[in-house]
Amino acid sequence: MVATPLTEEQAWSVLRTVPDPEIPVISVTELGIVREIRTGPGEVTVVVTPTYSGCPATEVIAASIRDALQAAGAGNVHIETRLSPPWTTDWLAPQAAEKLRAYGIAPPGSRTASQTIRFVAPSPQCPRCGEKKTTRLSEFGSTACKAMYRCPSCLEPFEYFKPI
Amino acid sequence: MTNQHFIYLLRLADSPLILAQRLSEWCGHGPVLEEDLALSNMALDLIGQARLLLTHAGRVESRDRDEDQLAFLRMENKYRNLTIVELPNGDFGQTVTRNFLFSAYQVELWKRLQISTDTELAAIAAKSIKESTYHLSHSAEWVIRLGDGTEESHLRMQTALDQLWPYSAELFTSDDTDRSMAESGIGVDPSAFKTDWQSTVSQVIGEATLTLPADTPFVSSGKAGQHSEHMGHLLGELQYLQRTFPGAQW
Repeated sequence: MVATPLTEEQAWSVLRTVPDPEIPVISVTELGIVREIRTGPGEVTVVVTPTYSGCPATEVIAASIRDALQAAGAGNVHIETRLSPPWTTDWLAPQAAEKLRAYGIAPPGSRTASQTIRFVAPSPQCPRCGEKKTTRLSEFGSTACKAMYRCPSCLEPFEYFKPI
Repeated sequence: MTNQHFIYLLRLADSPLILAQRLSEWCGHGPVLEEDLALSNMALDLIGQARLLLTHAGRVESRDRDEDQLAFLRMENKYRNLTIVELPNGDFGQTVTRNFLFSAYQVELWKRLQISTDTELAAIAAKSIKESTYHLSHSAEWVIRLGDGTEESHLRMQTALDQLWPYSAELFTSDDTDRSMAESGIGVDPSAFKTDWQSTVSQVIGEATLTLPADTPFVSSGKAGQHSEHMGHLLGELQYLQRTFPGAQW
């Protein structure tokens, strides 16, 4: 039996169902790391731009992409890493912000061209109660892409997706 | 030329690699949970940068050595990191002071390498500068907070700076490899950005109420492969697994 070749559009649809392993409410396409898909006879090439250089999820993501496409009959799947231009939170899909918030993570604000050496700490809105004035607890969180905050109103800690 | 290109990439890769090994030693030992996370997260960024650079170096060398072989199976004198990153961590103050001096250097370096004629290196630089800028802010915050803190924290930060400062001279030494890479447009001669680095450093050190130590004639030589007595012990731990179980994979 010969697998029916997957079209580019079908491959995109498959990847829209592949969750990010660390933030499973958004898909790898909503994360903005899938830059291009090329299809050929019996094969699919997916071009991925990693988020952080040392993000341990990168390899899990490559494996999930491969598994999902093969399950959909893609045949050979090649994962190509593209470093340039570097990934930015501006590539998150518009609907990702609401999904992150519902999951308890404050979505990234706009990137500021920081001219200072010291941190200019933004005050992201609390994803639980909507309080605007929040306090940073730590520049780093459970993953490379997040910082930790606390809400003085509902008193809950929360994570903030750092804009880069 | 190929050999100099290879050596140059090893230098760029080895400093993040070895500093990542040192920062990883803090995992589970951080003074507070948030800083434990911060130091481990920064180690992860640095390992990521080192992996990209070592993989690229392996391709340039064309002797079929991959990132693991280069990271784990070289002899001590084949590592090209700056000596400052292999020094023991000391206390938290010393660790953040080193992170500060090093990240300030990396930011200037990546800034310039973004236009390298080696397009893979340029891409790695454009990615890494975002991470190093964040590391610089993190460490600068601590240098200021502890330097301009209590009598005890001020004293410890000044001691850390005094101990690390002599090793900063090596950051700006240049040899034939640096000069040839700068001429070809692949690399940059570090002496070209010493003033920019100094300006960042003196601004933060001033705000931290610390005193910049005087320069000394001592120049360390890690980038030439001549390391301090600490390097062998560090490699003993770094290489243990690959030496015991050759070819082990995750």
